[in-house]
Amino acid sequence: MTEQREISAEIVAIHDAAQVGEPQPRLDFPPYRSSLLRHPTKRPRPVDPEGAELVAPVFGHSDVDPLEADLTIQSGGEPIGERILVRGRVLDGDGRPVRRQLVEIWQANAAGRYVHQRDRHPAPVDPHFTGLGRCLTDDDGGYAFTTIKPGAYPWRNHRNAWRPAHIHFSLFGTDFTQRLITQMYFPGDPLFPLDPIYQSITDPAARERLVAGYDHDLSEPEWLLGYRWDIVLTGGHATYLEPEDHDD
Amino acid sequence: MTEPATPGQTIGPFFHEALPYAQDRELVPPGSMGSIRLHGYVYDGAGLGAPDALVEIRQADPAGVVPRVEGSLHRPGAAFTGWGRSSTDRTGHYWFSTVEPAPVRPGGPAFFAVTVFARGLLNRLFTRVYLPEHAAGDPLLDRLDPAERAGLIARRDDDGGLRFDIHLQGDAETVFLTFPGHGG
Ligand SMILES: [Fe+3]
Repeated sequence: MTEQREISAEIVAIHDAAQVGEPQPRLDFPPYRSSLLRHPTKRPRPVDPEGAELVAPVFGHSDVDPLEADLTIQSGGEPIGERILVRGRVLDGDGRPVRRQLVEIWQANAAGRYVHQRDRHPAPVDPHFTGLGRCLTDDDGGYAFTTIKPGAYPWRNHRNAWRPAHIHFSLFGTDFTQRLITQMYFPGDPLFPLDPIYQSITDPAARERLVAGYDHDLSEPEWLLGYRWDIVLTGGHATYLEPEDHDD
Repeated sequence: MTEPATPGQTIGPFFHEALPYAQDRELVPPGSMGSIRLHGYVYDGAGLGAPDALVEIRQADPAGVVPRVEGSLHRPGAAFTGWGRSSTDRTGHYWFSTVEPAPVRPGGPAFFAVTVFARGLLNRLFTRVYLPEHAAGDPLLDRLDPAERAGLIARRDDDGGLRFDIHLQGDAETVFLTFPGHGG
């Protein structure tokens, strides 16, 4: 099995050859072995969105229960781990809030274990934690989840491969073309330089956009620690469909 | 002012408890009046089905109107929402029960907008599934070579359904799309 030092050397070589400012991950990133057969080899074709592409799906209160935003109360008891609040805003590329749109998250428990059949990590399952959450953004584009800080976990990309702690986020914009699935990380993780998924984003400033900030003003005394993470979706809403803005 | 976008990351292998939900792929009840099956396989570069992919569609209704109604997560009693989500099975197969979209503008194409996610795929991919009867005169299709063009047009099944395979890589690689503002 490949050693970490070989993976790390591959990552460094790709970064050294990359131009600064690539905003998105490489799809073709060999240090992430699973990408080898799953990346398109041709450049995506530019096209103007039309029809259904201009309209994101609509979600509302019939879709999401507000209780789904608290991952610490879902399973009849207190989950084990460090209780945290993750709060932020979902914005479009013009800085406008994405209002009343669906945010879905999933994550490992404090021990680094997912509630998933295929997770073979020999770490304990927490009977009081599913790691699944949903909410709708508010009128300011704001979202918030109360949860448990996830643990790092091993995977089989190479020998001694460990994922930095992360929360998976699924997001919708105002246009279907703004659809995004990504991962939020925690500041100062020592596993960052070793992780081929995080490092598939070759630009350091772009990578930083995936790291939440610790925010002491969000922490609650004797209760939880607060993290802030804003999400910016690609592009703005197409101008010719721009709704009249009656908000002040 | 343009804010730099948050980068995407792979959906990973562990999304199955989080994203799929009851009737996620049933935009209309299977077998209901006017319903068709849109289905196919997601293939990797070795021609193997990807068992850990997720396909989403967004579409107009049969009158050419793109619905803006809630209810996708709790289908019973909800109106047609024009959005659905299907994870692939162990063979890489996905399916939707839906209705055929009509062109949104007269004489325009009729297509399903599609997003693809998978373990091993570091960012989402966009493509379109064109209806065979409404593919003429489309600016995107007209720019493609014949094989690429054929790859974006669904084939009619004997039962009237639509078959559309997604090839992430390889000789039959699907044409994927980038939209203004997407950057890299
Ligand atoms: Fe994960």
